[in-house]
Amino acid sequence: MTELIHAHPSSFAPSPSRIERVPLVLFAILALAPLLAPLTGAEGYVLSLLSRVMIFGLAAMSLDLILGYGALVSFGHAAFLGIGGYAVGILASHGSEDALIQIPLALAASALFATVTGTISLRTKGVYFIMITLAFGQMLFFLATSLAAYGGDDGMTLASRSLMAGTSILKNDRVFYGLVLFCLLGTYLLSRGIVASRFGRVLRGTRENAVRMEAIGFHPFRYQLLAYVISGMMAGLAGFLLANQAEFISPSYMTWQRSGELIFMVVLGGIGSLHGAIIGAAVFLLLEEFLPEILHFAASALGSDLQSRLVENWKMIFGPLLILIVLFARGGITGLLGRGRHG
Amino acid sequence: MTATLLFIQALNGLQFGLILFLIAAGLTLVFGVMDFINLAHGVQYMVGAYLAAAFTAWTGNFGLALLLALPTALAFGLLLEVLVFRHLYDRDHLDQVLATFGVIVFLNQAVKFVWGAAPLNVPVPEILSGSVEITDGLLYPVYRLAIIAAGLAVALLLYVLVSRTRVGMLVRAGATNPEMVSALGVNIQRLFMVVFGFGAMLAGFAGAMVAPILSVEPGMGDNILILAFVVIVIGGIGSIRGAFLAAILIGLVDTVGRSFAPNILRFFLDPATASQTGRAIAPMLIYIFMAAILFFRPSGLFPAKR
Amino acid sequence: MADALLELRNLRKSYGALVVTDDVSLSVPTGEVHAIIGPNGAGKTTLIHQISGLVPSVSGQVLFDGQDVTRLPMHERVRRGLARSFQITSVLPGFSALENVSLAVQARSGSSYRLFGNAARERQLNEPAMECLNLVGLGARAQIQAGLLSHGEKRQLELAIALATEPKLLLLDEPLAGTGHDESRRVLDVLQRLRSHTTILLIEHDMEAVFSLADRISVLVYGRLIATDTPERIRANPEVRSAYLGEEEMA
Repeated sequence: MTELIHAHPSSFAPSPSRIERVPLVLFAILALAPLLAPLTGAEGYVLSLLSRVMIFGLAAMSLDLILGYGALVSFGHAAFLGIGGYAVGILASHGSEDALIQIPLALAASALFATVTGTISLRTKGVYFIMITLAFGQMLFFLATSLAAYGGDDGMTLASRSLMAGTSILKNDRVFYGLVLFCLLGTYLLSRGIVASRFGRVLRGTRENAVRMEAIGFHPFRYQLLAYVISGMMAGLAGFLLANQAEFISPSYMTWQRSGELIFMVVLGGIGSLHGAIIGAAVFLLLEEFLPEILHFAASALGSDLQSRLVENWKMIFGPLLILIVLFARGGITGLLGRGRHG
Repeated sequence: MTATLLFIQALNGLQFGLILFLIAAGLTLVFGVMDFINLAHGVQYMVGAYLAAAFTAWTGNFGLALLLALPTALAFGLLLEVLVFRHLYDRDHLDQVLATFGVIVFLNQAVKFVWGAAPLNVPVPEILSGSVEITDGLLYPVYRLAIIAAGLAVALLLYVLVSRTRVGMLVRAGATNPEMVSALGVNIQRLFMVVFGFGAMLAGFAGAMVAPILSVEPGMGDNILILAFVVIVIGGIGSIRGAFLAAILIGLVDTVGRSFAPNILRFFLDPATASQTGRAIAPMLIYIFMAAILFFRPSGLFPAKR
Repeated sequence: MADALLELRNLRKSYGALVVTDDVSLSVPTGEVHAIIGPNGAGKTTLIHQISGLVPSVSGQVLFDGQDVTRLPMHERVRRGLARSFQITSVLPGFSALENVSLAVQARSGSSYRLFGNAARERQLNEPAMECLNLVGLGARAQIQAGLLSHGEKRQLELAIALATEPKLLLLDEPLAGTGHDESRRVLDVLQRLRSHTTILLIEHDMEAVFSLADRISVLVYGRLIATDTPERIRANPEVRSAYLGEEEMA
């Protein structure tokens, strides 16, 4: 590990191969996983867990696009997960079960919501921005709880996954896994392109010094708004996938705690590196999934009563762990892997 | 009939607004003076409620429990300050949001660990358990009136503290210009602790006061925290006056809106649609309200910082 | 004064009861190097902020190139050719020197809504940027991250960025602030070279530099312009001398 830390590049143009290595390994693992999954004897479980990881990775990455490259701390990003999810549920309940209809509508709804809320939110700065995005997220959350026709508080269970061009191939977990991976890779490459583009450069410049950007003739607002809309659409896509993965939609998709978790994934993985957000999502979800088991194992010496109480209350370990990560692991996991933010 | 209903709802809104103010006051000061976002402020409200419940069960007397809960909530707030928050003051907002989020995760589970997941009930103290007749035949619980009285009293006390005392002056100065205060040679660390402990105690007090009328349960602070944030953002961060006004506004808009949105919509829509849309819109009202205010005044009604 | 590139008419700014800019009128013709001097706290930086649009004016007008720009935001003024540098160095620290400048080229040349293509490799952006860097003498340092440049180099970079917006008028807020002797010589050389390219309005504390550089000088005291004239006459002006006496040695 120390070797990796020392390998922090001091040159200003790190060789491309170094930059690409981490995401390359990451996507190779994700692509090979379905081939190896049968060996674990729990193929369905592994595929569904990894699908979730990738879906949240996609959502966290979309957040990183504005948080890491635009310094816009959106605390209401889970709203887009909800929009994507409810697009599936609402359309399905009206008989439109095809993904080719659902996805464009999910994206359009996300774009619309992002445009309206972004126009208002981006007038504010700093803490006010955090709070107003939070408020918009809450607004949508409460709207969802009051949609009695679509399950209200309880949400709605999907009869089945979305159709794909009239076929039900997405019912196959491997095919669905493939679709998720395809979406993740696609949005990742798209995001990378955006970050390096003229547009992305303006966004990055605004992150570093907004006044300077105005002083050379840019109006940051428009660029931030467009980035916010793109990011919202990507998160909306993640919402579409999440609804299909869980075959269930409820307001819990868009609690503010969920938005907080998305931010956490980005920070955990390392802000402003895109693939870091995916890694952060993976670590977060796997920790959530396996911390009880780890505790069970670690506490086996403590007697079964205490052991089971500890496992049951794993969040009492998880919470402090989050605090410790914030306090001591600056730069996130990608930072530890030898690269901070690039820009 | 509608007029009395409106009056009752206005009283409820006032009571809710005052509770919100108790929470928001500490939050806005901590925010304004220390530039510190404390998401864990909501769990301090929850802890206050649990302390009141536990002490009531122990002593059998709500008043005594309240007296015990206040210093305990204060001590608890200070403990959190020393253990966690102190290390976050010089971090950016993002780190603060995340670390205090961790505190929420921990404490929501910790109260489950100690008191179980089932909601606790605190009986309304006997002296305050009756109702008063407001107009012919319409009763209003005395305890809710007591909350309104207590809330107004604390608001007044806070106003005197902030506007008339030396510490209050420093707090006001700190909210406007923190650099200047530290340049004056004030022990900022201690000022922070005082503000923090006081804010935690106020939130705890709010929690303790509502314990008899709400169910005391894990996560009860989460949603009210967001409302408190809405309040301080509308009021202007760091402004007690703004927080007070915004809290009352939010309390009224939310409470009155929930019961009247369907009625008002009935003028425009058929009854069935009206009641459905009304129910859908009502919980969103305060957020729409907030968005509208921030659209015209991006730094809130009474921005403390110039 | 029909050919004035920049004209200020009765410009005012106050913070509460404190009047920082008090009825300032001034015109700067095309091609001139105009310096504004004044004791500390005279309101020089505020005036620059008002001209560039960073700070709104209470009343009065800013006319630039024949148009009233008083109500335009900063980025609109930049687009019309009114560029500025900052007293406190204000570059994008994470970007290379070249990227800092080519971003300014990008701002005036076509779309910034392109979501594809690697902007860092666009020759049509990098070449003009490189020219600007060469003009200020930073050509050899183009690939260095701006945050790692020396203070003097950052001042040069500021100039290059401002130049890259192809300004008709350069507003310079203490271009020599914080530079050492050698560095200030270099920046001064750059400024001498720039005067043939563009009109310059600068504020500066270094009197030696001001008197060697400026065609005309205005003196600002407590927000009021007390004199505008050639360097020689300003030097001889008794009112200016009394305002400055004991403040700073007039070179």
